[in-house]
Amino acid sequence: MGKVAITIGVAVVSILLGSGCGGDDSGGSRTLKWYVFAEPSGAFQEAADNCTKQANGRYRVEIVDLPTNADQQRELVVRRLAAEDSDIDIIGMDVIWTAEFAEAEWINEVTGANRQRAERGVLPGPLETAKYKGRLWTVPFTSNTQLLWYRKDLVKQVPKTWDEMIDQAERLNTTIQVQAARYEGLVVWFNSLVASAGGEIVDDAGKPVLGAPAVQAAEVMKRLASSSAAPPAMTNNKEDQARLGFESGASAFQVNYSFVYASAKTGAETNPATKKIFENMGWARWPSVDPGKPSRVTLGGINLGVGAFSKNPDLAQEAALCIAQPDNQVIAAEKGGLAPSNEALYQDKRIKKAFPFADLLGESIATGVPRPVTPAYSDISLAIQQTLHPPQDIEPKKTIEDLKDNIDTVSNGGIF
Amino acid sequence: MAAQPAATPAPVAQKGGRKRLTERARAERKLAYMLCAPAVLAMLVVTGYPIAYAIYLSTQRYDLRFPDDREFVGLSNYGEVLTSSTWWLDLTNTVIIMGFSVAIELVLGMAIALIMHRAIWGRGPVRASILIPYGIVTVVAAFAWRYAFDPTTGFVIGLGPISETWAPLAERASSFFVIIMTEVWKTTPFMALLLLAGLALVPDELNEAAKVDGASTVQRFFRITLPLMKPAIVVALLFRALDAFRIFDSVFILTAGANDTETVSILGYNQLINRVNLGLGSAVSVLIFACVIIIAFVFIKGLGASTSQEDDR
Repeated sequence: MGKVAITIGVAVVSILLGSGCGGDDSGGSRTLKWYVFAEPSGAFQEAADNCTKQANGRYRVEIVDLPTNADQQRELVVRRLAAEDSDIDIIGMDVIWTAEFAEAEWINEVTGANRQRAERGVLPGPLETAKYKGRLWTVPFTSNTQLLWYRKDLVKQVPKTWDEMIDQAERLNTTIQVQAARYEGLVVWFNSLVASAGGEIVDDAGKPVLGAPAVQAAEVMKRLASSSAAPPAMTNNKEDQARLGFESGASAFQVNYSFVYASAKTGAETNPATKKIFENMGWARWPSVDPGKPSRVTLGGINLGVGAFSKNPDLAQEAALCIAQPDNQVIAAEKGGLAPSNEALYQDKRIKKAFPFADLLGESIATGVPRPVTPAYSDISLAIQQTLHPPQDIEPKKTIEDLKDNIDTVSNGGIF
Repeated sequence: MAAQPAATPAPVAQKGGRKRLTERARAERKLAYMLCAPAVLAMLVVTGYPIAYAIYLSTQRYDLRFPDDREFVGLSNYGEVLTSSTWWLDLTNTVIIMGFSVAIELVLGMAIALIMHRAIWGRGPVRASILIPYGIVTVVAAFAWRYAFDPTTGFVIGLGPISETWAPLAERASSFFVIIMTEVWKTTPFMALLLLAGLALVPDELNEAAKVDGASTVQRFFRITLPLMKPAIVVALLFRALDAFRIFDSVFILTAGANDTETVSILGYNQLINRVNLGLGSAVSVLIFACVIIIAFVFIKGLGASTSQEDDR
């Protein structure tokens, strides 16, 4: 623990030193700090530069890099906000933070004309992730969701449901790549399964619902984990291991985000084995749980919140709206492979070129579901991770009963 | 003040009991206090205050997300932690990791210490190379072990009779094995160093004399070397046990607590850093602190460890 504390301390100090010399008032031009995960392609930097230019010297947007791991991003931002850090002007917020940050009053509500501008043209799913208790707290920026990726050369008929997919994989003697390590990705999988079965994890008041759809979801998880369709290290796999498993040719199916397409495309340029996989890479809607009932997939993405302790809240709000504008969403899609939240963009030529599967992606996002919208989300997420992992040990009815108790305990501030 | 002539009846005062000190002794004691004061003050600031603050926080209901709900709740945070199954599971896990890794380290460390002690040729390079693992950052070492045991990237998987589909970090027993081996690999050099210092305490003449009396190598090791090294061994065990009890980084990297390998430090981390629940998190931290004190107490009282080598016998 000590070593970690020191590492964190050093990191914080170096961030302070690195960014502290901007000066927030130099001749009328104010520097706004945008805390967002370190996006490798430079798409966010380009968006920030565009807005600096458009502001005509009224403000300058400067990016402060956060870790790429979502849990670590949150830990860093939460600690700073809890200490009322005025350095944070704009926050690139994972969609699951909205309720927590809003309830703690760490971000400013988006109201009036700003709200109208922020909501204009946004797909219903992503807009839901920016709201808490009917009020808008963040500006929707990028979105994301999972699709089913499969091998066209192996799979003759694309499975519609999880049961069909597992049957097929067993017959083909291949595996299905999912995210089942004990981390947020497991919650995403469970949430998508529960929503696809027609249920929800918690209600609007944050009380656990679960019930029969959750039991169905748990059954799917257990069935896959205990079948021959489970990859060897399934219970340790995150997004990237799943991608690697698919690219290596070991798996004919994977559920994953759209980045896997761009990744296989890049890999195909240098690696002939990946090239073969990429040429046969098909996509379809995430499988459903009940036949005939279309799946509803968990939404990801980044919304833009304005830090409640910012010295320039109005300018920051303006900058957030500027960053989220459609042109910058196109840059984020073309360069970084991040899906837009704006509905009309899915008909845009540039987006269709970046995502050949744009129609399917747009449709999946439009009908997508948020993860539990409650200020205690991170507690509930931990409870889900701890209760449902490892999936092969799930006893559907009993485990869901336990999960209900555990969610109750943690949302009341306890430990189970 | 110190200019008292030697003629004062000092011996009488000393015989009279401990309370009555001479002027000079009192002055010396005062000087000693003043010399110690800066160190004591520094300790109070950097360790006393955080500990006291943690104890204070552990009596509060205090979640950074809901600062308005903050209130004094007495010992209920401790009740919450001690009645949760997670705490007891994590405590068991921690004790398993501590017990196995310290035991293996002791045996290996002793062997390495003997090699270092006896090395005639290349003493410097031998000692330096043995110390390398200890010089590597734990997180880096843990990543190396994780990748080595990963089915897609690991060289261990598929090695000889090992199945190519085996995923050691996906099962409980094998996860513990990897965690313990990582700890052993990393900290055996530290154990060896402490034991080497202990070996240096064993006078050569005793061994020589025993040799002359016809004692075998094994007899000399168990009858002479080990008993004489006992203080050093107990101190080494104490240091390593306390360290191993607080294990965090290697488990965090290897499994992040999955497959029931969570340790108490990870539990504390989850409450404090992830849930920002300062009350519960501090209660966990204070309980870990209490466990550490108990372990230290057991070692010092039970096994007769002495921090200042010989002077209390």
